[in-house]
Amino acid sequence: MTYSFELPLLALLILTAAGAMIVKELISAVLILGAYSFFLALVWAWLGAADVAFVEAVVGAGLATVFFLLTLSQTSPEDTRIRRPPPPIIAVIALPLLGLLLLYAANDLPAFGDPGSPASVHVSPHYIENSLADTRTPNVVTSVLMDYRVLDTLIETVVVFTSGIACWLLLRRDAE
Amino acid sequence: MIEAPFGSVIVRRTASLLVSLVQLFALYVLFFGQYGPGGGFVAGVMIAASLVFGLLVFGESSPTAQRATRLLAGDGVGLLLFVAVGGLCLIGGGEFLNYSQAPIPGLDGPARRYLGILMTQVGVALDVAVAAVSIVFSLSRDVAAGKTDA
Repeated sequence: MTYSFELPLLALLILTAAGAMIVKELISAVLILGAYSFFLALVWAWLGAADVAFVEAVVGAGLATVFFLLTLSQTSPEDTRIRRPPPPIIAVIALPLLGLLLLYAANDLPAFGDPGSPASVHVSPHYIENSLADTRTPNVVTSVLMDYRVLDTLIETVVVFTSGIACWLLLRRDAE
Repeated sequence: MIEAPFGSVIVRRTASLLVSLVQLFALYVLFFGQYGPGGGFVAGVMIAASLVFGLLVFGESSPTAQRATRLLAGDGVGLLLFVAVGGLCLIGGGEFLNYSQAPIPGLDGPARRYLGILMTQVGVALDVAVAAVSIVFSLSRDVAAGKTDA
């Protein structure tokens, strides 16, 4: 059945997410977060979103981990151990209720892969039907990202560029 | 200061194999993103990841690290390429980034859009690779102090 793969994966996701929050050493938390990203990439691949799985594996598990580790290597050892005060009682009561509310609301979401869902009947059919004839690109994800919705991608590229520049300006100022 | 913390032969041999392999795969992902999963963003991140991997294993005086340092000089080139393709479409009389209007003789509309997608993907890959490597250099602050300015 479908659940034979999904349920262990979900359990591992929750386990790694909780583990990253519970452990005391920040380095351990970073490594567990990397494992979480890998499981998340498996979930994307399982759902058929190969492009997203790719990005999650490379960015989430690879580069983000390196960023965290480099940052931690600049701090002193006592900074990388954290004491966690017990959560306030109101949070312990309210957050599970919020989770239940979200689960209740999730009942109204369209089923996964439902061809009649609003997201599937608006512009997606046009992209899927015309991508090959319009752009000679069989991969619809690429043609949507780089052609039909290319302005979005341009602005994202500007954001990436700006983040690189901003990090350089903020962090290099101390060094010089 | 990143100074080759791993003396292990196994790590160094594996890394020297993996770095070029990952770069090759990144190029594959970049140029076959129109046929399979992948594209500019992933390819750029993979190139950056391979360089950072080499930087972490071999230290900052290795050829890989120097390649990464040289890459920093290309900051903004990817974005410029992206916008230039858009401007080319403007020159051809279309809207900004409407590839089918790009003035490239001998190609019909779909072929121009195919080429436009490819060029912008190269731009995105360059931009992302440089940004990621530059963030790594920023985070390991001592590394680039006297090197990139030279």
